[in-house]
Amino acid sequence: MRLDNMRAPNSLLPLRLDGVGFAVGARRIIQGVSARIDAGPRTVILGPNGAGKSVLLRLCHGLLAPTAGTIAWNSPELPGGPRRQAMVFQRPVLLRRTALGNVTYALKLSGVARGECEERAQEALRKVGLDAQADHAARVLSGGEQQRLALARVWALRPEVLFLDEPTASLDPGATHEIENIILALHAAGTKIVLVTHNLGQAHRLGDEILFLHQGRLVERAPADLFLKHPASPEAARFLEGELPW
Amino acid sequence: MNTVAEAAVQALGLVASADSKLVGIVLLSLRVSLAAVVFGCLIGLPLGAAIAVNEFRGRRALIVILNGLMGLPSVVVGLFVYLLLSRAGPLGSWGILFTPTAMVIAQTILITPTIAALSRQVVADAWHEYREQLRSLGETRLGAATTLLWDLRFSLTTIVLAGFGRAASEVGAVMIVGGNIDGVTRVMTTTIALETSKGDLPLALGLGFILLSIVLALNAGAYVVKETAQRRYG
Repeated sequence: MRLDNMRAPNSLLPLRLDGVGFAVGARRIIQGVSARIDAGPRTVILGPNGAGKSVLLRLCHGLLAPTAGTIAWNSPELPGGPRRQAMVFQRPVLLRRTALGNVTYALKLSGVARGECEERAQEALRKVGLDAQADHAARVLSGGEQQRLALARVWALRPEVLFLDEPTASLDPGATHEIENIILALHAAGTKIVLVTHNLGQAHRLGDEILFLHQGRLVERAPADLFLKHPASPEAARFLEGELPW
Repeated sequence: MNTVAEAAVQALGLVASADSKLVGIVLLSLRVSLAAVVFGCLIGLPLGAAIAVNEFRGRRALIVILNGLMGLPSVVVGLFVYLLLSRAGPLGSWGILFTPTAMVIAQTILITPTIAALSRQVVADAWHEYREQLRSLGETRLGAATTLLWDLRFSLTTIVLAGFGRAASEVGAVMIVGGNIDGVTRVMTTTIALETSKGDLPLALGLGFILLSIVLALNAGAYVVKETAQRRYG
């Protein structure tokens, strides 16, 4: 399935941002961001709190419309058609159904045939290690399990691009480790990863390239290793000094 | 005090012996109010959910009106339906004034705004939380409204019961459009009003006990369902 997607000539990527801005009233949250996000490397959007990372992610995913500039996919999704991109939020939003029911709900929405939904959902739950909890109510699972379920939900959808907004921000180190492994596995299966974090350790473990955001502007873009050792901009250098090392 | 005590004893006797007249009145009350709740839910729940998840011109005004209609006086609803259904009224040809159907219509009008306004509030709160996730998954607004109604089913039971409570306990509307005809449109509340004025306290009190017990039992049941469901589904 992945290979099919990668071969498809009408891939979603690259995503082109051209002079993107977002303002609420007089408050500018994102200013003049231009970037091209290509298929392949795991992209990490890094920056301090309030830099506009989450807003930028929502702009890319289409949950917010830019107030300036343009955001264009190579081959956009058809209006009303199944979504080819997905997003995992900081706090997973799960329905009052079983874990399995939450995954099949998303599959039905994306137009997967009824007969195929359950099998695909079970497979996704197995991949995140939740097959034993398939019949448990989703909202009474632990925080880590809930986030794994949110990842199973998107995995079942087999998106071309996955946006993640600080998916481990409220989790303990054990659960964080599990989530990160799932993200790596999703990437290995062919999904483009775009992750927002302010955690340097996570950026180091998950990022191939870093987009560093500061006060709503894209200040620096560099391969992760290079950025974390030798940041080019004074803002990034200050951020790296201030943050606790991994 | 003695009169009241005697009346209460006689009332309990009537209830215990399942007096046929009393049973008929209770069953008609339940039939009318439950039908009104069913129709009220069929209209009110989708309406509340639709207002909660959609943005349109005049939305705020609609919410204010809907909230205001929660306090709709039942006699005013009765009068309105009476004018509608009376021989000279626009729907007079239906010939349903002074029938249980007219009572169902009046109670439906009475409780639909309550169900719509309260469910709008509950769905709007949840929509705030679910909105981004559902949009991310490609859900339409219509689909979101349906999904939210199902997801909030346990919270909504309380609202449905509030609607039933209002319908079962109102007297003004059913008195006007039903006419309180013995054996045809006489329900618990109209009987209580009539028998009290006649001085037949045992029947009035007996019905009062039953009305109170039904409302309490339903609320207790709903509370248990909601608590259990919340523990199970979070």
